[in-house]
This record gives sequence, structure tokens and C-alpha cells, in this order.
Amino acid sequence: MFSRDRWLEIFETIRKNKLRTFLSGFTVALGILIFVVLFGFGNGLKNTFDKFFKDDALNTMWVRPSRTSKPYMGYEANRRIELINADLEDVSKRFEFYIQGITPRISFSGTVGYKLESNNYPIRGVGPSHKNNEMTIMMKGRFINGLDVDNKERNVVIGRLVEQDLFKDEDAIGKFISGGGRSWKVVGVFQDDGGDNEERIIYAPYSTIQMIQKGTDDIGQMIISYKPEIGYAGAVAFEKQLKKYLKQKKFIDPTDPRGLFIRSAASDLKENDQFTSVLQYIISFVGIGTLLAGIIGISNIMVFVVKERTKELGVRKAIGATPKSIVGMILHEAIFITTISGYFGLFVGIAFLNFIGDKLEEDYFITNPYIDFSTGVSATILLIAFGAFAGYLPAKRAASIKPIEALRDD
Amino acid sequence: MIKINDLHKSYKMGSNSLHVLKGINFDVEEGELVAIMGSSGSGKSTLLNILGMLDLLDKGSYDLDGVQIKDLDETKAANYRNKFLGFVFQSFNLINYKTALENVTLPLYYQGVKRKEREALALEYLDNVGLKEWATHLPSELSGGQKQRVAIARALVSKPKVLLADEPTGALDSKTSKEVMALIQEINKNGKTILIVTHEEDIAKMCSRIVRLKDGIIVEDQKNKMQKAI
Repeated sequence: MFSRDRWLEIFETIRKNKLRTFLSGFTVALGILIFVVLFGFGNGLKNTFDKFFKDDALNTMWVRPSRTSKPYMGYEANRRIELINADLEDVSKRFEFYIQGITPRISFSGTVGYKLESNNYPIRGVGPSHKNNEMTIMMKGRFINGLDVDNKERNVVIGRLVEQDLFKDEDAIGKFISGGGRSWKVVGVFQDDGGDNEERIIYAPYSTIQMIQKGTDDIGQMIISYKPEIGYAGAVAFEKQLKKYLKQKKFIDPTDPRGLFIRSAASDLKENDQFTSVLQYIISFVGIGTLLAGIIGISNIMVFVVKERTKELGVRKAIGATPKSIVGMILHEAIFITTISGYFGLFVGIAFLNFIGDKLEEDYFITNPYIDFSTGVSATILLIAFGAFAGYLPAKRAASIKPIEALRDD
Repeated sequence: MIKINDLHKSYKMGSNSLHVLKGINFDVEEGELVAIMGSSGSGKSTLLNILGMLDLLDKGSYDLDGVQIKDLDETKAANYRNKFLGFVFQSFNLINYKTALENVTLPLYYQGVKRKEREALALEYLDNVGLKEWATHLPSELSGGQKQRVAIARALVSKPKVLLADEPTGALDSKTSKEVMALIQEINKNGKTILIVTHEEDIAKMCSRIVRLKDGIIVEDQKNKMQKAI
């Protein structure tokens, strides 16, 4: 079937029918190209998304108090719940088995200045283990440590952009910044992958903050990192027990939906996974749609090609071509063209994705778009198969038309 | 060479059936040059199509060179056509993207002849019709008469038993018509059996036998003193 003569005949047909060849080749190449690029962009979007949400440590729980919505044990509704130092200690003792690290987070904002520069920044009173919760990366110096907390030191750790804003080209380590009418010593500078806002934060020991705020022992939120080996199920159990324990301790109605919120990265992760899979569905849908459009395109062109060649096929039949040889010739030509152009589109698409790299990361949230080579090849083969199939039906019909009908002058 | 007995053919037109050939009896000896004449609708083209195995007969029998032509499927018909018959059409029906030479080699390609061999043979036949110099030209670069001569070369290159020509001069002016007929006469002189469908009286007079069809039956079948074309 694939004799040298057949190949020569096909090359000749291709060479002498450039427009036709170009049209069918172009459709397939474009279809594959768009498929590869869209699919790659989808994957890039997913990459960005993954990166964004991996900023916070996954084994983290945030405990945040709020106002109650139900009266309970003699307390009125709408009572403000406050977590205090004693709660922190009790929780860390009671749930020692689960807990890797625990820290308060007292959040407020204040104006901080150095020399002539000053600006308003979010300030967080935290403990040493907060570093792990936010996956804070130290560039210089150190994070808040246990001694800072115990001695209520006025030491602060500032974000990379805070240093940039206030100190310009100076090194901030060891310098003093002013805030709340006091001066604070910069002991560390950090960076964070979570974006610019995450790098405009100032951390101070929570004990120092409490002392300044007129000796309160309010700890704001409680951030707990649990031992990763307890797994997702362990985390869910821990979350449940913790909620029950704290509600009891703080006299909150167990059925009250408010009063105390616990958010855990484990349940977030599950939601993220769901979101990612929705994204995956959308990508697949778009991909399949593109491929379908390509298939319809190549089918149309094949129908048109066979129609255009009806007379030629009639002549060939009149001088002795069998139906089989007619169908074989058309399919051979179609498969040859779609294969060459399909792989051409595939490689151009992959080259394009490689070229994009992380150029679109900033503005379009597309990081390192890619496509599995096997996905690309499967799509190409699919398109070739459908191109051949779409060519087969009209070719078979054309081959079975009587030569006189094909040759009729009209 | 050709034996036809009680040939019937009708076409279905919706609920009506159009009886085109109503019992044709007709023999052709080897080396004859036969003109089949008739006005349009007389059934002459249908007869040629059946002789050329481009169409099937309803009733009757058809023998070609001692082979009974029946139960034709497409593949069998294609092989018979390739082996026994050469076609010349009114509108030439050359493949427009192939050169004169490539058009002539095509029947040999379907016979499975090797490339070198078929090019040599095709060139020889192009030379026979006086177009050797035009071998590499496309049909669009040839005149009507030249196209028809390429078509004749293509019809003859497979060495068929019978050459069937459907109004071979229908699209040509009278001077070129005569040239083409002269070529056909010469081929006939070399012993080829040729059937020509025509409605032109002066073309028919250049044949050795004239068969006249009217309303699906043969009304006249007589020998003719062949007039020289040129």
C-alpha cells in the first residue's frame, strides 16, 4: 500500500495543489497550536494558584474570637470573647500531643518612622513560632525569639519593603525605629512569597505589645501549627476537640455559630483542591472544545477537497483506478498532511509556552505554562485520526460514484 | 470483438422509468471504425457508457473479446476498463495539475507498470500523436486539439482492445476536428477497433460503418465508404 510510487504520486499532488494542502495543514496546525497554548496557560494558572496558596504553612489553624450570638449560662448574647495568655497556656498543655507550635497574634496598625521617613504599617504582636506559620523567610538578622517574649524586649522584625521604604539604602539591622512614642530596635528583616502586602508588616514580641497596651493579657488570635504526622483526619479531630474545649472554657453555647472561629489550612486545602479541580475541568473543557473545532475544520476541508476532486477521481476511475486505490490515495494524502502539520503545530506551541516561561506571571497570573508531551501527542493523533475519518467518508462516496456521473459536464 | 444481444436499459426518474435502450443487437468486428449517430436522447451515449462499463445494463448480454461482461462490481469494472478499453471524452478530461506526459502515464500507473518504463512508453505514444515536445506542459498550456491528442495518447497507452470516443470533436473547431479525425483514422488503419459517438454527419462519414439510433433502437446500420479526413 505504501509503495514508492504511491508516495511520489502523493508528493506530486501536494506540490501541485499548494492552496489545498496549505488549508488543511493550516487548520490542523492551528488547532493543535491553540490547544497546546490554551492547555499550557491553564496549567500555568494552576501553577500560580498553587504557589499563592502554599504561602501559608499547611498544618496551621487560626483561632479567632468574636461576639457571641446566643445567651448561655447566665451570660447575655453579643458578649465579646477575648483570648488571653492563660488560654494559650491551657491549650498548649492540654493538646500537647497535637501541637508543634503555638503563638498569639495581636494585630493593629501604627505609624512607624525612621529619621524623616514615616509610614503606617500593620503591626503584629507574635511569638517565635509565628515564623513557621507564615513561612516567613529571614533575609537578615533573626526573628522574634523566646527571650524577647520573656523579657518584653522592644525588638522588632520588619518586612523587606518596610526596610526599603524607611531605610532606603541603609542597613536596618541594629537601627532604631520610632513607633507609639517609643523606639524599637530592628533585629531582623524578612521576605515572604505571599506578595507585597506580606512584606510591609512589622512583627514585635506579643508580651511587649501587651505591656504597652496598658497591661492587658488579650492575645488577639491564636495560631497553632499541629504536627504534620497527625494527618488530615487527625487535624479535623483536633479542630473539633479544640473548638469544644475553648467554647466550654469561654462559656459559649455549643450551638452558637459565632463566638469563636477556627479556620484550618487543612480544610482550606480541601477547598483549594476543589477549586483546582474545577480549574482543571475548565481547562479540559476549553481544550476539548478547541480540539473539536479543529476536527470540524479538518472534516469540512476534507469534504471540500473530495468534492473539488470528484471529476479528477472520475477520470482516474475511467482509466482504471479501483475504488480501493482512490480511497487509499485520499487517505494517504490526508494523513500525511495532517501528521506533518499537526506535529508542526505541537512543536510551535511547546516552543511558545517555553518562550512565555514566567513573562506573564505578574499581570496575568500565568506561571511556567506547560503541557504534558503525551497530552499534546494524544491530541495530535486524535486530530489526525478524525481528519482521516472525515476524509474517509467522502472519499468512499466519491470512489463509489459512477465515473459517468463524476465526468458529467456541468 | 463486441457482441451485443437484446440490450435494454432504463433509468428511474422518480416514480417514472425512462426506457432508453429498447433491445439493441449489434456486433463489431476487429479493426472497424464505427460511428454511432443519433440526436440527443436517442440513447447513443448510454450505449457507449454500457460498452465502456461506466454503466450497467438491465437486460441482455455483452461480450467483449470473448469475455462475457456481467456481474460487474466496481473493482472488476475498473480492471476491465484498464485492460480492454480506452476512453476519449468531449471535454478531454485531462487532470489539470499533471503535465501531458504524467496524464499519459496514469493508466500505466494503475496497471502497476514501473515508473521508468511507463514514462518511456508514454513518451512514445505522445510522439505518435505528434506532441513529444509538449510532454512537460500542463493541459492549460495546450490548445483544444492538442489536449484531445494527449487524451487519445492516454487512451491508447494501455494498449486497449477498443477505443471509445464520446463526441471527440464536440469541443473543437472544424479544422482541428479534421486533424483529430485524421489521427483516429490512422490509429484505426493500424488495426485498432474504434467506436465514435457523434451527431455530426461529416464526422460519421469519415468512419467505415455508421449505426443510427433513434428512440432506443437501431434504425439503420450500414457500411460506409470511409472519407479521408484530410
